[in-house]
Amino acid sequence: MNKKTIEIITELDIITARKLGRNEAKRIGFDKVDQARITTAIGELAKNIFFYAQTGKIVIEETIREGIKGIAITSIDKGQGIGDVQKVLEGEHSPTSTGAGLPAVKRLVDSINIESEIGKGTIVKIVKWLS
Amino acid sequence: MQQLKKLYKQILSDYICNQNESDLYIGQNLIKQMIQKNVSPEDVISIHKQALEEFYGELPETVIHAYDFLIEVMVHYGLKVKEHQSLLVKQEEMRIEMDIAAQIQNQLLENEVPKTKCTDIGMISVPLRKMNGDYVHFKYDSANYLGVAVTDVVGKGVPAALCMSMVKYGLDTLEYANSNPSYVLEVLNQLIEKSVDDSMFVSLFYARYNLHSNIFTWSSAGHEPSLYYNAAEHTFYDLEAKGLLLGILPEVKYSQQELELKENDFIIIMTDGVTDFRKNEGFDAREKIKELALSFQHLNAQEMCNTIYQELLKLQDFKLYDDFTVVIIKKNKLF
Repeated sequence: MNKKTIEIITELDIITARKLGRNEAKRIGFDKVDQARITTAIGELAKNIFFYAQTGKIVIEETIREGIKGIAITSIDKGQGIGDVQKVLEGEHSPTSTGAGLPAVKRLVDSINIESEIGKGTIVKIVKWLS
Repeated sequence: MQQLKKLYKQILSDYICNQNESDLYIGQNLIKQMIQKNVSPEDVISIHKQALEEFYGELPETVIHAYDFLIEVMVHYGLKVKEHQSLLVKQEEMRIEMDIAAQIQNQLLENEVPKTKCTDIGMISVPLRKMNGDYVHFKYDSANYLGVAVTDVVGKGVPAALCMSMVKYGLDTLEYANSNPSYVLEVLNQLIEKSVDDSMFVSLFYARYNLHSNIFTWSSAGHEPSLYYNAAEHTFYDLEAKGLLLGILPEVKYSQQELELKENDFIIIMTDGVTDFRKNEGFDAREKIKELALSFQHLNAQEMCNTIYQELLKLQDFKLYDDFTVVIIKKNKLF
């Protein structure tokens, strides 16, 4: 399955990531509203990288589970990391860390998974299924 | 969801035909149900767009783009609204915690104005925010001496309030009302210098009043000068001192001075929040306070405090800019 990777270095890369994500969502078969949600989620992840971790990448791929297609987006950065993932998802983060905006992203997709280590970076994986 | 979609389309088509007020009202009720079912704003727009496509066939391409734009923007709008709501919830939690903290502070710092035979004492202390950075402490041994400290932590709110608790316990450990004011300042200075953050300073005016000899002895650490009214001379004097703020340097020495209070004399001790307003307009608050004190000197000390507060509040358009504290000590006529 084809996998698209976008390095986030400049602000323009945020738009590139959104564009690729939207095309992929459309190709998989998501409707307009879900396309908008997926794109917004990708935008939030890319913004987190750009503003708080300086560099990192977004990986977009199709995924399938029990015959249902979906889209998986992974954001990988080498930023400062998140101390308490649970708190971040409940919205109790400092607004200046890579955890900003994650509670919002969580509302847009079906699942979110965060792995993070202080000082080393953060990996966020989100999935949305075709309903 | 399918049900709600169908209802929406029905109500919309009715409205397009008749523009009836009742259809709008039904539409409002439908939105209520949609919110309960967690239907997001972008879903509503999508339903609306689909309905139009059903009614009129293919919409013009420009209109379709416009709807897609609206859907996109509303996804983000919905997110931001939710973020905002969760901030409001958090703010409310903090407000409740602050209320509790302020209550605890009030209990900790509560200090009754002593009643003595030969003096009349009044006090008012109003915090700008919930927690007070000013504090008034009385010591009274009922026989000989009355001690009074008026303090102001440089800074406001919670940090100032936490620092103030320590000043209070410093004053408590000094126990006796007959301590020399200069000694009180030296001890407190050491305590604050050692234990409080470098950015925290405290100004303090300490006075000891000998109830037999009527000698008023005072010392000040960087505090707003108090006012002394000599009734026989009809004159106000500033009780000025060059003492350094508490907490800047260790081992600071403070000097003390004294005066004798006679019948109808009074002393006004205040914090800089009382005098520090409208300075840029060239307004002289100290002169105003003197004027007010003179015209209300027939009142008792507490009424004088209240009146001065009310009058100064009026001059600031009923909006404090700093914690506000005034203590008035009047020599009673009876003795």
